[in-house]
Amino acid sequence: MLRFDQAPPFSVPLRFFLTAPAFAFLAALVALRQGPALFESRWSPAALAITHLLTLGVLGMVMLGAMLQILPVLAGAPVARPRAVAFAVHAGLALGTLALAAGFLTAEPALMALAMGLLGFAFAVFLSALAWALWRVRVVSATVAALRLAGIALAVTVLLGLWLAAGRSGFGAMPAPALRDLHPAWGLLGWAGMLIAAVAAQVVPMFHMTPAYPKWMRWLPFAALGMLAAGWIAGPVGLYAGFAATTLWLHAKRRRRQPDVNFVFWRAAVVCSLAAALVWLATPYWGGQMLVGVLVIAGALLSVVTAMLYKIVPFLAWLHLQARLGAQAPNVRQYLDERKQRRQLWLHLLAVALLAAAVTAPQFFAYPAAILFAASAVQLGSNLLSITLEYRKRAAS
Amino acid sequence: MANIGDYMSQEHRQCDEAFARAEDAVASGDWAAAQAAFEAFHGAMQRHFALEEEKLFPAFEEATGMSGAGPTQTMRIEHEQMRRLFEEMKQAALARESAQYLGLSETLLLLMQQHNIKEESMMYPMLDEALGSRAGELIAAC
Ligand code: HEM
Repeated sequence: MLRFDQAPPFSVPLRFFLTAPAFAFLAALVALRQGPALFESRWSPAALAITHLLTLGVLGMVMLGAMLQILPVLAGAPVARPRAVAFAVHAGLALGTLALAAGFLTAEPALMALAMGLLGFAFAVFLSALAWALWRVRVVSATVAALRLAGIALAVTVLLGLWLAAGRSGFGAMPAPALRDLHPAWGLLGWAGMLIAAVAAQVVPMFHMTPAYPKWMRWLPFAALGMLAAGWIAGPVGLYAGFAATTLWLHAKRRRRQPDVNFVFWRAAVVCSLAAALVWLATPYWGGQMLVGVLVIAGALLSVVTAMLYKIVPFLAWLHLQARLGAQAPNVRQYLDERKQRRQLWLHLLAVALLAAAVTAPQFFAYPAAILFAASAVQLGSNLLSITLEYRKRAAS
Repeated sequence: MANIGDYMSQEHRQCDEAFARAEDAVASGDWAAAQAAFEAFHGAMQRHFALEEEKLFPAFEEATGMSGAGPTQTMRIEHEQMRRLFEEMKQAALARESAQYLGLSETLLLLMQQHNIKEESMMYPMLDEALGSRAGELIAAC
């Protein structure tokens, strides 16, 4: 029997969304403890710990939570045992990310082994659920195709990551240096990039009221995956720069002109992506790798993820409340004071700007950047909690 | 040959346009224009729902025997959720309460978009598969 209505209980995605800001805060704490030294090398233990607190703990948390929410819709069938799957993925990802960050910081092989076990388990469960759902889909829309390719890219990223982790902690040989670059490339340009391009294709035309992306851009994920598989990193960098430029051009034609927090987050993400591509191109002449990392992870990915959270969490609250209260359910703007969103937006933008400045002048900017990043994470967490509390209050009334 | 998916998806885009015009008018405070634009949007949505609920879904249910807890039932429930929002938006437009209208319209936008994804990636392809040759005739009849 085909069922569309298998929306899992609110608690299933919510736990992912509420955990994410805690990992952003932990990343800020590591940056604070490390100070200016953080910016010396992209392979320093603290830089790697922060990278994964953000990519796995924030980005991964939100993306996996959101995917578990939409899989039943796309597949037209409920994911088997949604609570058990969500519990396993969430716990495995949270504890595994903590162990990985601790493993980087302490260089303790036992922690690395623990991280590999937990993360390997969480991703195996998630990717099986994803494969099951996406291969049942009857009509392969552009979105479904992009999600499939992003799933493949995630699998490759995780396998390469596990290999690197084994190498680092002495369980095996370290992969050759050429392979070492492939893990971040598959993670950022493959998995994260494809997912965000897929989200953009839905969100930008609809929420910012722009014309649609040109049809041929649907080939972007295929092209990106092909280029990555050939080991050609400049290819996808160029593709995403083109995609970001197209988004700017669409934004210039938007019809919805209300100043909107969501729009500013997206605009920031687009600008950071373009800047990252330019810096990356200039990197052989000028060591800009650290700046690329800041612009891509904090500037582009976190901005988009935050914008998504402010749309998804109030909407799910409304969806669950209106099933009980009908027209009494508050609309999506009534769960959180918009000024609080705006405050967090500015904290976030300022933190990104200071992080970028800290790459060139860490002695001045490393501490202010870390403090603002922490403040932004706290404000985000408190905002999401406010939405949840408002939901609880209304549900109980 | 006419294809239900293409035709109905095209209608979604037109409804989106009408939605945006109404929202723009509310945001700019031009209430006469806003009320007219809302009515145009509301009318387009009602016609789109009617085509689905009165023609396409019954034909599908008859052809496949899927009614009751089937996919068309879920679509109808979501239409009801949207109709409740239309009523509230109409009241807000009449009372000239822009904050209320914009909060409701954002709620509707999210609901409408996830509904459209379900229809365009699951429901319409199933309609086309089940109704095939009758598609052109069903669409033309409206
Ligand atoms: C099971 C999950 C993962 C594990 C075990 C893992 C492990 C590792 C290890 C051991 C390194 C150090 C590489 C080296 O010494 O050359 C590394 C680097 C890195 N990883 Fe991961 N990773 C995982 C997932 C991810 C994901 C999902 C992303 C991104 C979306 C990511 C992004 C990065 C980045 C950006 C670097 C920095 C590399 C550089 O600067 O060259 N990782 N990872």
